[in-house]
Amino acid sequence: MKSGRHTTIAISVIMMTLLPSGCEREQRRFREVAPAATAANKVRQSELQPGEPQPEATVEGPYDGNAWAVSEGERLYRWFNCVGCHANGGGGMGPPLMDDKWIYGSNAQNIFSTIVEGRPNGMPSFRGRLTNQQLWQIVAYVRSMSGQLAKDVSPSRGDNMNVKPPEQSEEKERPVSQPPANSQ
Amino acid sequence: MNPMCGRVLVLQRLRRLMCGRAAPFRESPSILMGLCPDLLGRSPGVVFAPKTSRTSGGAAAIKGVLRLRERLFCVCLFSVSFFSGCAGIQSSLDPAGPQAERISRLWWLMFWVCLVVFATVIVALGYALRRGRRREEADNSPEAERRTTRIIAGSLAVTVIILFAFMIADFSTGRALGSLQTSNAIEIKVTGRQWWWDFEYQGAEPNLNVRVANEIHIPTGRPIKFEMTSQDVIHSFWAPNLQGKTDLLTGYRTVTWLQADRPGAYRGQCAEYCGHQHAHMAFMVIAEPPDQFNAWLDNQRRHAPQPSTAEQQAGERLFMTRACVMCHRIRGTDAGATTGPDLTHLATRLTIAAGTLANNRGSLGAWIVDSQSIKPGNKMPPNELSGEELNALLSYLESLK
Repeated sequence: MKSGRHTTIAISVIMMTLLPSGCEREQRRFREVAPAATAANKVRQSELQPGEPQPEATVEGPYDGNAWAVSEGERLYRWFNCVGCHANGGGGMGPPLMDDKWIYGSNAQNIFSTIVEGRPNGMPSFRGRLTNQQLWQIVAYVRSMSGQLAKDVSPSRGDNMNVKPPEQSEEKERPVSQPPANSQ
Repeated sequence: MNPMCGRVLVLQRLRRLMCGRAAPFRESPSILMGLCPDLLGRSPGVVFAPKTSRTSGGAAAIKGVLRLRERLFCVCLFSVSFFSGCAGIQSSLDPAGPQAERISRLWWLMFWVCLVVFATVIVALGYALRRGRRREEADNSPEAERRTTRIIAGSLAVTVIILFAFMIADFSTGRALGSLQTSNAIEIKVTGRQWWWDFEYQGAEPNLNVRVANEIHIPTGRPIKFEMTSQDVIHSFWAPNLQGKTDLLTGYRTVTWLQADRPGAYRGQCAEYCGHQHAHMAFMVIAEPPDQFNAWLDNQRRHAPQPSTAEQQAGERLFMTRACVMCHRIRGTDAGATTGPDLTHLATRLTIAAGTLANNRGSLGAWIVDSQSIKPGNKMPPNELSGEELNALLSYLESLK
């Protein structure tokens, strides 16, 4: 009887100490001067290599684990009219972003350089028009569309009327590279 | 009230950045003082009395040295200073229009009645305490019982009568606020954003519409109709000198009217908590005689002036090739985005960043380079510009008259 009460108290104390560890899980870094596009140096647009194929060096996007930055990316995705061609991920004039097929690479640095440099057949170059911070935020959101980010980071529900299930409930795709259809 | 505190560091850093340049910083302790003094007519928020009472010696001196008459004088001075807070460019108690007049009358009615009630209760309480201490034991006679019942019933009746009087006064005020004549009203569409105000004057033709941000001019003696909605969360439109509050709701249109009878610059404020920078979501209402207003509106309808000097032209090129162009609009140029404030006639405004900073070269530069230190969480990203680039951009923005 008495030892049972002690156990309860001990468990409560342990739970209470664990509780604050959930605080400040992430930070909203408003003033951050984001890393420049140096990540772009490692970008490889094609898997075709002479000799022994080597796996691509992947660079983590700085905001892949930051839910706030991903939601900012979602806002910018709409503000800067990515929706105009890629729709809400399902694609339209532009290729879909929520499936497993990637023409110019699915890694964070690939997406970054695709936005900065533009790509043939319609993808405009946003060089200079977006700050690095905005670029990485959009990259993080684009990656969340095909389920590449953790569930607790991806947007769970948009402010607008939903046209598809939220990014959070997206199955994680296994990206495969696919050459652009028009170049064949 | 004073968002410029702590911004001095940023401004100093900027001054260093733009060294060799006489940048007219206005590091006034209050943006209200920095605003057009002739429009304001008086320097608002000048509270003289607390300082006076402090110079007369502090609390200890008042207790020990001052005689009764001096103490009374201090109390009077303090009360007067209390009421001096009523005047100002953001005060319901300094009405500048018919509706605000009614609101302030209601407020004063409630204030005086409640003051009398409070004083009566305190006097009764004091009397009861004194009497209770004098008497040894309670008087339980039927006569005393009846007297107590009479007193309680009487107080209850008075309370109910006062509350009913308040209700009637409140109802008639509400009716008066809603009955403003609106046949020749100017229509303005308002969109609340985190954290700024988007105003669009409705012209006879769509091409006569004028979009401005965070500052509206209105003619005196003419009602203005506001059609309001919100882009993100609930905001509330409140210019205390002119009208009560009205909420802005997402996906829903709310309407309010106001009229200014007295020219002046009045400050409005979002009155519904809307996120991180709710406190820095203000706007200015400039009420001016109709001919001045028409001149202002005609100018706002024009496209932005062409940059004349080489520096201004360089600034325009920068604006069109940097992040600015992604969110802002300048009519008459390629910049046509609508997610940020319209900057077509930016230089004519008194404040920037929704009433956060006075509109001058220094604060504009600080805002462009590091807006996140001034208003953390706002949607303007930090911009990396060289001193030369920043100066060119500022020269261009200052030419947008």
